[in-house]
Amino acid sequence: MSLDLSLVPDGGLHWLGASGEHAGIVLSSRIRLARNLAGYAFPPRAREGERLRVLHEVRDAVGRVPSLRDSAFVRVDECSPQERLLLHERHLVSRELAGLDQGTTAPGAGAVFVAGDSGLMVNEEDHLRLQVFRSGFDVAGALRDAERMDRELGTEVPYAWHHEFGFLTACPTNTGTGMRASVLIHLPALVLTQEIGKVLQGLQHMGLTYRGLYGEGSDVLGNFFQISNQTTLGRGEDELADQLIRVVRRVIEREEEARRVLVRDAGYIIEDKLWRAYGTLRHARNLPADEAMNLLSGVRLAAGLHLLSGLSVYTLNKLLIFSQSAHLSHAAGRVLTEGEANLARAKYVRTVLATEAKPPG
Amino acid sequence: MICDQCRERDAVVHLTQMVENAVKQVHLCEQCSAERGIETTVAEPKHPLGDFLQAVQQQAAQLPGDAARCAYCGTSLRDFRASGRLGCAHCYGAFEQSLRELLRRVHGSTKHEGWRYEARDPELVTRAETLRDLRDKLQRAVSDEAFETAASLRDQIRGLE
Repeated sequence: MSLDLSLVPDGGLHWLGASGEHAGIVLSSRIRLARNLAGYAFPPRAREGERLRVLHEVRDAVGRVPSLRDSAFVRVDECSPQERLLLHERHLVSRELAGLDQGTTAPGAGAVFVAGDSGLMVNEEDHLRLQVFRSGFDVAGALRDAERMDRELGTEVPYAWHHEFGFLTACPTNTGTGMRASVLIHLPALVLTQEIGKVLQGLQHMGLTYRGLYGEGSDVLGNFFQISNQTTLGRGEDELADQLIRVVRRVIEREEEARRVLVRDAGYIIEDKLWRAYGTLRHARNLPADEAMNLLSGVRLAAGLHLLSGLSVYTLNKLLIFSQSAHLSHAAGRVLTEGEANLARAKYVRTVLATEAKPPG
Repeated sequence: MICDQCRERDAVVHLTQMVENAVKQVHLCEQCSAERGIETTVAEPKHPLGDFLQAVQQQAAQLPGDAARCAYCGTSLRDFRASGRLGCAHCYGAFEQSLRELLRRVHGSTKHEGWRYEARDPELVTRAETLRDLRDKLQRAVSDEAFETAASLRDQIRGLE
């Protein structure tokens, strides 16, 4: 099967648009709801035939769900490893559904529906993982859309539900609301001023947790953090989302404050550091992925401090996704080795910066 | 529950003993019970009815050991401890007591306070579960070469679908 991303509305990247509130600092907001169908074993326990029946039942139902109208359908388990990585780099499927962890394969009958900012993973750890992305800081908007999709889907297929425990999931850490509300946030100034430790510790006291750019098990790279609710039971969806919104608003304030302090107390050091990052990205010929991520973080901060003009937040977001290895391979039309990808990455970033960034005289 | 003897491993054997005219409950792990020469019944039951009976027994005693199994999907409490994943919605009933404790530890609560759910057609839930049951029976009938039973089961499944 060859993956044709032109069939996916907006390439599934509408959330990169940088249209939301605080888009310079908060890249995206996301709501994920875990659901299971009544009458089937959960995917990790289900037989292949059972997983296929779940997929057929869901596919049939999706046709009647307005939120997923005109969605593209991809059988993830029939994609090549490169295509699965591409879907994952776009945040359309999880590591688990893409079968990216060592020694694992893509789970049988695994699939994803993508409709603009909304998506639905099938046969991941739970039968259903509803996802809604929003550009910038808009958790409430994402929650509204997720609630609608959930209601529409829940009338078409019967969910596994318990009067006391709520929505039943394969892992008890998701039981109840099955909801993970998260924001992808860029906190370079808090890292530079070494305040980040305190902030992250504070999150845990507020019932929140953090991960890297690609969620569970991923490293924190380029000062990008995913902040989300820790618990799913005992508090309602709105309350959990409100708590995240309140705390993230406070984190944004602290990041902005740290940026002011940096410019005030270490102006020329910071300026030098960021220009060096820009210079490397603008001229390097060989750019490994981790280095690119860290340098792009610097350029993003430079743009936020108005040291660089003409570089839109949208371009910065695009650079982050399209400079990843499966995207570079996709653009090249063949699978690149790591060495080839490093060269292609340098060239891609150079070209984008040359055409879109205009440093002040 | 911890073994009364070694105070290390989880207790899977629960004995009721008479000691000096008083009823005494003793909880042991597999190893300590074997050392005392007590034959354990925690070996995997093969017959589906065995699963069911064991689930009932465990529930009656309210002491689900590691070998307790969900009668619906066959997942044992031990499987769950190893993988961290439950097998199906019915596991929540089969392992209710252990889960309640776990949920309280993880979330600080066991009571869902969010959106309520009502299947549009509760019939659908029952039907989905009946179908799964029939499909399981069909698979067993086919592997046992009980073709007459299989044919009748297939008809029932078609009727429900």
